[in-house]
Amino acid sequence: MNHLRGIYTIWYRDLLRVWRDKLRMASFLAFPLLFLVVFGSGLSSTMGMLAPGVDFSKFMFPGIIGMTVLMTSFMSGVSIVWDREFGFLKEVLVAPVSRVAVAAGKTLGGATIALIQGCLILLFAPLFGLTLSPGVLPQLLPTMFLVACALSAMGIFLASLIKSLEAHQAVVQLLMFPMIFLSGVFFPVDNVPAWMNVLVKINPATYSVDPIRQLMLGPESASALGITIFGHTMTIGEDLMIVAGFGLIMIILAMWSFGSQE
Amino acid sequence: MPKSHIIEVKNLVKKYAKLVAVNDISFAVEEGEVFGLLGPNGAGKTTVISILCTLSKPTSGGASINGFDIVRQRSQVRQSIGLVFQDPSLDEQLTALENLEFHSRVYNVPASVRKERIEQVLGMVELWERRRDIVKTFSGGMKRRLELARGLLHYPKVLFLDEPTLGLDPQTRRRLWEFILNLRQKEGTTVFLTTHYMDEAEYADHIAVMDYGQLIALDNPERLKGTVGGDVINLSTVDNQKAQAELKERYQIQAGSDNEQLSFEIANGDRFIPTLIRELDTEISSISLRRPTLDDVFLKLTGHRLRDEAAKGELKDIVRQLGRRQRRR
Ligand SMILES: Nc1ncnc2c1ncn2[C@@H]1O[C@H](COP(=O)(O)OP(=O)(O)OP(=O)(O)O)[C@@H](O)[C@H]1O
Ligand SMILES: [Mg+2]
Repeated sequence: MNHLRGIYTIWYRDLLRVWRDKLRMASFLAFPLLFLVVFGSGLSSTMGMLAPGVDFSKFMFPGIIGMTVLMTSFMSGVSIVWDREFGFLKEVLVAPVSRVAVAAGKTLGGATIALIQGCLILLFAPLFGLTLSPGVLPQLLPTMFLVACALSAMGIFLASLIKSLEAHQAVVQLLMFPMIFLSGVFFPVDNVPAWMNVLVKINPATYSVDPIRQLMLGPESASALGITIFGHTMTIGEDLMIVAGFGLIMIILAMWSFGSQE
Repeated sequence: MPKSHIIEVKNLVKKYAKLVAVNDISFAVEEGEVFGLLGPNGAGKTTVISILCTLSKPTSGGASINGFDIVRQRSQVRQSIGLVFQDPSLDEQLTALENLEFHSRVYNVPASVRKERIEQVLGMVELWERRRDIVKTFSGGMKRRLELARGLLHYPKVLFLDEPTLGLDPQTRRRLWEFILNLRQKEGTTVFLTTHYMDEAEYADHIAVMDYGQLIALDNPERLKGTVGGDVINLSTVDNQKAQAELKERYQIQAGSDNEQLSFEIANGDRFIPTLIRELDTEISSISLRRPTLDDVFLKLTGHRLRDEAAKGELKDIVRQLGRRQRRR
């Protein structure tokens, strides 16, 4: 009960802050939309069909949804760095809320915001020639939320180790962009050089983007674009198991890290 | 009859890389008292508070609050305390009300009294009218007041105040003290505070004086003032150095020199002044006498004054805050 109250309070504050800063959040949408318009439209005719019925725009759209969720989740950790900078973190750490609840509340807060951002991009689907059957949403939204939770946990864990905004910036650049580029957001990752293939396969973001794409494009394209490991094409369920496992490890690390914060 | 000790500190040591910030201090605080920790900048006051409040771990030694060990029973300790930090710790993106609501939720203030408490503490610091404003739009003093209101919100068993009145106007300082003393009377709250203001330290039942990480005195204010022998005479002359030598030669008085003034203690100072005026060869430009204050105690114990240091500290705070404000833009 106490835990729940703590988690809720921390989660609620993070959402309130975002609400106060609506404009900035909206500006984060400009980046993925720009990608969609410029690359999607620009390259669609050159690239031709990537799978039956899937042109580049259609291919990229689920990837961009994934990227938006990943980026927003990952960046959610910055709130901790800000709180440290402005002293509010002390107020949280000295309060009688368990550190486990702090880590959980922060992760859920970041994940909720990421989910909302992802959904906002989703609204643009018709503009890029994608029609979503309403039946897909009950699967797609929980999938996006799971991905968001796993990546938020990672963002929170990293941020809890970082003491300054500059350092956080550097970590984000060095980790987030490679993760996104090597996850199949921008190009199919089944035909890449061997060294890159290894990176793609150990990248948790790969298994985050794949299920979103499979759900949005339907099962026919899955066989053509899916992730294969040792000749086995990953199913949505298998992808999500990996994401969940990764998320679990990250949240445990985040809780441990908060527990030993000074 | 011995009272129970709500805070017990035993051989506490805190080392940073090469600096010993707290050097083996031990003391106890009785339940329901106001305990003042006095010391110049860098003495280690904030470090002591953050160890007692479980925000950092002691290098060695230990302490207990309300019977709970500050290392092994951290969550029980946190439940027992309230803390007003020396540095800003508000969420400036939120409104005053939202900051207080966050606090009352994490400190488990029962929903039934939440509204009333918030109104009460905001009234105390005269911010009720501004409760729906974003904290970023507050003046420095208003932020400080909100911070204080927040620390008092959950009626903690032990209230830690790290330089609570820094940057407050005299009126707010007085109201704060009224509130704190009232809280102590009604709820039996123990108050542990650090301050540079001597008049504030006078509210304390016990005062501990810290310098360079060590405890150099611990007593009640009256007895501490008693350690200064008699009255304090401040003297300025056309040639202080000469006067200083003369005082030593003629009366065996070791006068301290400070801010173009000589000062020394002497019993029955009112009788001594006429003698001094008559006999001193160096021309006197001004002379004054006063009862000893804690400031004098401090000077006597450490060889330097508290006020100068405090003034420097305030400048440091201002510079730091300016730096922050710029970085935010
Ligand atoms: N995190 C830290 N790392 C290294 N040194 C520190 C740290 N925190 C404090 N110190 C050092 O410990 C000493 C005591 O600092 P502390 O903040 O406790 O002083 P203080 O008595 O509260 O001073 P003030 O009156 O300025 O608030 C100082 O020399 C300070 O530089
Ligand atoms: Mg301090």
